[in-house]
Amino acid sequence: MRHVLSATVQNVPGVLAHVSGMLASRGYNIDSLAVGETEDPHFSRMTFVLRGDDRVLDQVRRQLEKIVTVVRVDDISSRNYVERDLLLIKIAALAGPARAEIKELADIFRGHIIDVAADSVIVELSGTEKKLEGFVEVMRPHGILELVRTGRIAMVRGSPPTRETTEAADGARPADSAPVGESLA
Amino acid sequence: MATASRPSKASEAFVSGADVVVESLVRHGVDVIFAYPGGASMPLHQALTRYKDQIRTILPRHEQGGAFAAQGYARTTGRPGVCMGTSGPGALNLVTAIADAKLDSVPLVVLSGQVGTSVIGTDAFQETPMVEVCRGITKHHYLVTDAKDLARVMKEAFYIATTGRPGPVLVDLPKNIQLAQIVPDYDCAMNLPGYHPEPRRAAHPEQIAQVAAAIKRAKRPVIYAGGGVIASDATDEIRTLVEKTGIPVTMTLMGLGVFPGDHPLSLDMLGMHGSVYANYAVDEADLLIAVGVRFDDRVTGKVEAFAEHGFIVHIDIDPSEINKNKLVHVPIVADVKAALGQLNAIVEPPAADLGPWHTRIAEWKKEDPFAYDTNYPGILAQEAIAELSRLTAKQDTVITVGVGQHQMWAAQFYKFRRPRTWLSSSGLGTMGFGLPAAMGAKVAYPDSLVVDIDGDGSILMNIQEFATCKTENIPVKVLLLNNQHLGMVVQWEDRFFKGNRAHTYLGPVDHPEAFGQGDGISPEIRYPDFVAIAKGFGWQAETIAAKKDLEPALRRLIDAPGPAILDVQVPYQSHVLPMIPSGMTVKDLIKK
Repeated sequence: MRHVLSATVQNVPGVLAHVSGMLASRGYNIDSLAVGETEDPHFSRMTFVLRGDDRVLDQVRRQLEKIVTVVRVDDISSRNYVERDLLLIKIAALAGPARAEIKELADIFRGHIIDVAADSVIVELSGTEKKLEGFVEVMRPHGILELVRTGRIAMVRGSPPTRETTEAADGARPADSAPVGESLA
Repeated sequence: MATASRPSKASEAFVSGADVVVESLVRHGVDVIFAYPGGASMPLHQALTRYKDQIRTILPRHEQGGAFAAQGYARTTGRPGVCMGTSGPGALNLVTAIADAKLDSVPLVVLSGQVGTSVIGTDAFQETPMVEVCRGITKHHYLVTDAKDLARVMKEAFYIATTGRPGPVLVDLPKNIQLAQIVPDYDCAMNLPGYHPEPRRAAHPEQIAQVAAAIKRAKRPVIYAGGGVIASDATDEIRTLVEKTGIPVTMTLMGLGVFPGDHPLSLDMLGMHGSVYANYAVDEADLLIAVGVRFDDRVTGKVEAFAEHGFIVHIDIDPSEINKNKLVHVPIVADVKAALGQLNAIVEPPAADLGPWHTRIAEWKKEDPFAYDTNYPGILAQEAIAELSRLTAKQDTVITVGVGQHQMWAAQFYKFRRPRTWLSSSGLGTMGFGLPAAMGAKVAYPDSLVVDIDGDGSILMNIQEFATCKTENIPVKVLLLNNQHLGMVVQWEDRFFKGNRAHTYLGPVDHPEAFGQGDGISPEIRYPDFVAIAKGFGWQAETIAAKKDLEPALRRLIDAPGPAILDVQVPYQSHVLPMIPSGMTVKDLIKK
């Protein structure tokens, strides 16, 4: 199952290495990782997309929370959230019908052409993973010269903010005992 | 006059970064540091001389020895052990002991010198990226790049090492930071927004009620106690729980000493080389109360089959241990002492009479005790340990071990009565642990008898510490069980590789024993001469092979005023039994 984890981390040197090192050394594969400063410059937000069953994800979350510079980790997959990925794609396109078609497709996907060269254009597009993949597929016949993506970032809709899970609302800390429902009993 | 005194006051307030580090050690109650100097740590050593009345600085003969000595200090006292090495090779020599402390949850504060910040990353002389190397094997790590951070970092380092689940913290100290002149603020606030260990964190009362109810229902309950009980200082709570309920206790390798080994309700150690009765009892248990343990593969074997008939309760301070290896019925994240205190306040004995369960266990114990061939004409390692246990029963004794057969036999045949008297590299299994750990324990408890029960393979890995023990007046004792082989690997060769000897004989390679031939090791060809080595270091030393010499020689060892070693010539053909082969179940238990 696909999970989106949102982690608040201290904005200090080495925190990214610590987090990615832990994931690698314990054999967890991440589909995507995006990191950037938050509204408070002391903290950064890391958004991970991982695949695994609930037990694996629970273990990942707890191992992440053990890292001293990681302030908290929330698995927001089951919550109402928005998710975006930014794509820059350079496509072979001489002036003429091909370039017009790319422009038309980019419009349909609500992308923008942000650079035009003699034989290529760069399109900027943001959206969900599926939308981006869809756009990449329709561009493929034109000849993709280069492609770069930011990785996914996510945010829970409305309030409370992303970092407040339902667990926290119940008065328990994020790293608290597994509720009885999570166990074998 | 007032104007004249002002500038001198201001200049007094400025101190070197190295002095801030050492002053921080003093303020955190450190009274000994094991430190080996080098170019990048010299300012720290200079500062240590200025604090010599508050901190004893012990010079080990290898940084690994110093770091394991710090572990010996920490494991016996429960207070953080402190060690230091210079940058590059010095720091790297600390690494094995750091990883070891991480796996066994030992509080350590490790200081390493580092090249100056202006040349970090340039492959400078004796530069290694120590925080990179240690990222996965420390609880936390710091590279200090601003001297103003020193007091805060030291405060955080001690706090992190000793709270929650204890562990090692590395502080990497560039030389220019040690030399910088600053005005320290020792009362600074910590900056740890992601670290909130709660002292004596209690369990959910509802979960404690579930445990009490499970105990009430149980007919065949077992307590499975580990190192977390000792770390949490909860041995009294375990003993109270046993008194109130009559539940028998088995211990992990890390948990030995939690419950007296000579108590009728002690099942001794469980797991791969645990007792038959402990493994049978866990297998048949209808309730397993796992306390301060992590369901290690050396304990569980095939984890799906471990305690498969039982209702399982797991109490641990580390949330990531819950449901990691084994799904349990009642997962409790709490301080063990706090949770057991809550449980003891409400627990009632099982409704059913535990008599039949106790009888069944007593029968297993009678049928398959830890045993060895008492008719063997020479000295068996097991016998030497059992004899040492008997002779020191009334004495304050700390036992340390290396890794291998002698370690398992010590766990089986030495009867531990108190926590923090058994020091074993359990999770990492580091050969060479025994001698330096004994050194640290003896420094912490000069009035206790500290005996390193070691093997001839393990002791060579840190034998240089003979010099430290002699020169620093640390009179540890070594009981060397010398079988001329890497006994545990030999045992696996015999069991799983048709006895083919693959680099497990420790004598000259042209001896027939190197190929698994020959019929034993005669005294003339034994190698090396440990007595001569020890005497060269200024130790008292003797070697024995005859049974009749064992008791008097052990007494001489115990009574020796200075450091002393007894080299006992033992056969290499004995196997550690019982044994559950790796990944197997109690049904595959080998008794002979």
